[in-house]
Amino acid sequence: MNATNVLLSIIIMALITLLTRAFPFIFFHTNKPPATILYIGKHIPPVVITILVIYCLKDVNLTAAPYGANELIALLTVVLLHRWRRNPFISIFGATILYMFLIQTSPLSYL
Amino acid sequence: MIHNFRKRIDFTALKLAFKTTIPVLFGYLAIGLAFGLLLQNAGYSWTVALLMSAFIYAGAGQYLAVNLFANNAGLLEVATIIFLVNFRHMIYGLSLFDKFNLTKRLKPYMIFSLTDETYALLTSLTEPAQINKPQYYFFIAFLNHCYWIIGSVLGAVAGSFITMDTKGLDFALTALFVVLLLEQYQTCTTKLPFLIGGFCALVPLIVLGKENMLLYAVILAIIALLMLRKRITENECN
Repeated sequence: MNATNVLLSIIIMALITLLTRAFPFIFFHTNKPPATILYIGKHIPPVVITILVIYCLKDVNLTAAPYGANELIALLTVVLLHRWRRNPFISIFGATILYMFLIQTSPLSYL
Repeated sequence: MIHNFRKRIDFTALKLAFKTTIPVLFGYLAIGLAFGLLLQNAGYSWTVALLMSAFIYAGAGQYLAVNLFANNAGLLEVATIIFLVNFRHMIYGLSLFDKFNLTKRLKPYMIFSLTDETYALLTSLTEPAQINKPQYYFFIAFLNHCYWIIGSVLGAVAGSFITMDTKGLDFALTALFVVLLLEQYQTCTTKLPFLIGGFCALVPLIVLGKENMLLYAVILAIIALLMLRKRITENECN
């Protein structure tokens, strides 16, 4: 793509991304949102966060060694650390450091 | 004037926001670096990375854009793809009407900077009673935006010189979502939203594959929430 088209694409992408984010605020700007909309807004965060967790793991290959074992161990580490100390730093960085070690040195590749 | 501006910044809110966003700092640096490097390898300068991260500010969309640039895609295709990949953002605002109204003149920026990570943080956290809430929300959004810009520009400028192996560092974002999920799990008496989320994400992933998975997942989630409305409102969250 030439420079002009890249620039045009960036402007288009910026505008469309902004519009998707602004949609509810533009649409319900003048009147109070209906009860159904407020119900969805109130209850969708845990649904979305569950979807995002699975989205983050979409590239894990379960059909070849180590069959997602690295991710499974790291996920269990997050859960266990968080149940133990309930400190987000310990849970997130403990698991991330372990995960980096696992995929950079592949001790589980013999699986 | 500078003096006046500094007086208006609530440093307690800034400090707490920094603490809250440290996992995003590492996650965004990792995926930002990878994005910048990808863009550089495709033959674009760091100014393109800066423009994209400053004004588009959408991770998945920006990754796709590199392919679109390389394949010389038409502008209509660019528009369609970015809309489909960011479709989920259309429902994010629904959960944040009250919080964003508190931020008054910062509200347009809050809307612009509403990424997955900022949304997950803003809908999960319980802020201390004395904190300056509007500034706390703003700094969470603003710091995340800064991390993303720094990561992607750094990747485009120096990506090929960075010898430290950052492979796996992006797991910080996965772990962050898991922690926020655990926190929400404890405050919800009904576990139904988590089952809905799992179902709505896995079905399109298994049946249709990775592409557009988020789009279908969010649409399915809205349908499921509407169908199960009675059962969910009987067992409120929080």
